[in-house]
Formats: sequence, structure tokens, C-alpha cells
Amino acid sequence: MRALYFAFLRERIGKAEEEIAPPENIKTVADLMGWLSGQGENYAAAFASRKTTRAALDRTHVKHDAVIGNAREIAFFPPMTGG
Amino acid sequence: MSARIIVRVQKESFDAAAEAAPLTQGRRDIGALVTFTGLCRDEGGTLAALEIEHYPGMAEEEITRVAREAAARWPLDGIVAIHRYGLIKPGEPIVLAITASKHRTEAFAAASFLMDYLKTEAPFWKKQHVAGQGPGDWIEAKEQDQAAARKWRG
Repeated sequence: MRALYFAFLRERIGKAEEEIAPPENIKTVADLMGWLSGQGENYAAAFASRKTTRAALDRTHVKHDAVIGNAREIAFFPPMTGG
Repeated sequence: MSARIIVRVQKESFDAAAEAAPLTQGRRDIGALVTFTGLCRDEGGTLAALEIEHYPGMAEEEITRVAREAAARWPLDGIVAIHRYGLIKPGEPIVLAITASKHRTEAFAAASFLMDYLKTEAPFWKKQHVAGQGPGDWIEAKEQDQAAARKWRG
């Protein structure tokens, strides 16, 4: 699936998007954040404040307990500050 | 009644009066037009610019969803919602929310709702460029904005 990172998560990870292939046991958004955190120091730094990190599955806001299922795109970002 | 909804996410600046025109042109039944423009402040001369990042696609979708919700909650004739991205200098507009209705109470409420939800649900992030220093910190989300959005759910 495609993973997108925005704002400081993008800067800390060092890329805006990438193709990821998490193992079978990764079911939820929270599982995926945990797995990504283990992919390197940059990922660990990006997901350091995991509690406040927001996620969207196929462009729809979701909570951390949401099941990823067949989603094609997941995005991670800090709380929005538009307007 | 179905409200006309115009949503745009763009790099370019906009003219509030020109954007409002399509909502009232040729109409004699609209009694209230509320136009809110959010501008970039210079924060006492310390801010050189704001850099606004967005999630292309989702940004348009979220603003449209919020506009449709406003149209479902209040008897509106029209909504315009425009949000810019990219580098924005102090004095320049960032966001525009226009609501047209028969009466002012509904138009004001819908515009306020639109802005409260836009600030907390639409995927935009602001980075500060400090005068003389270049790119600085990301602006953190404010609890008061979250609280303002929550009050509509009550």
C-alpha cells in the first residue's frame, strides 16, 4: 500500500510517500504506526508523539483502532492547522 | 432547497468580492451574505511568511464534506470555500468562507461552523518562516480551535 507523510512527519522520515508492505499481523492503524516506528530512527522520531498523530485511510479520517483492510492509501500527519 | 457549493484549493490569491458574485448574481431572494477572509498576520513583524502544506485531493474532499454539512444544517442558498497553499506573506489572504441565506442568523452561523470545521478537519498544516531566518517551526494545533469545533456537535 501507499503511505503518505505530511508536515513534520514528512520531514522527520525524509520522504513524502513510499510503497510499504507490512506483515500479515499488522491489522490496525495503531499496529502500522508501531511497525513503522521500528523501521529506523527517522520513523521512530516521526512517530514519537503517536497519541496525537492523525491518520486517513483512502482520504478519510480514521481513529487508531481502525482496521486497514484493503485500503490502498494511508496518510499520517499532525493535527491540522489550516484556516 | 439546495445550496450552490463552490470549493477550491489553490496556490493563487483570490478576490473576496469577485468570489461572492456568483452567489448573488441575478438573485432577488437572498437577504444575507456573510464573507469571512482569513489573513496572514506578521505577528509583530517577526513572521516573514507562512508555508502551507496540504493533502491534495483529500483537502478538496474534506472542505466539500464540511460545506455539504453546513448546507444540511442551515437553509443556505450558496457557499464558497477557498483555501490556499504554498508560501503566503503577511497581509495576503489564506482562506475564504462565504455563505448566502435569506437571513443573517443562518448565514453567520453557517460561516462560523464552516471555519471551525475547516480549521480542525481539513488537511492543511502551517509552517512559520521567521523574519531573517527562513523556515522555522510548524504551528501547533490549538485546543481552543478543537473546542470551537466540538461545540457544534452538542
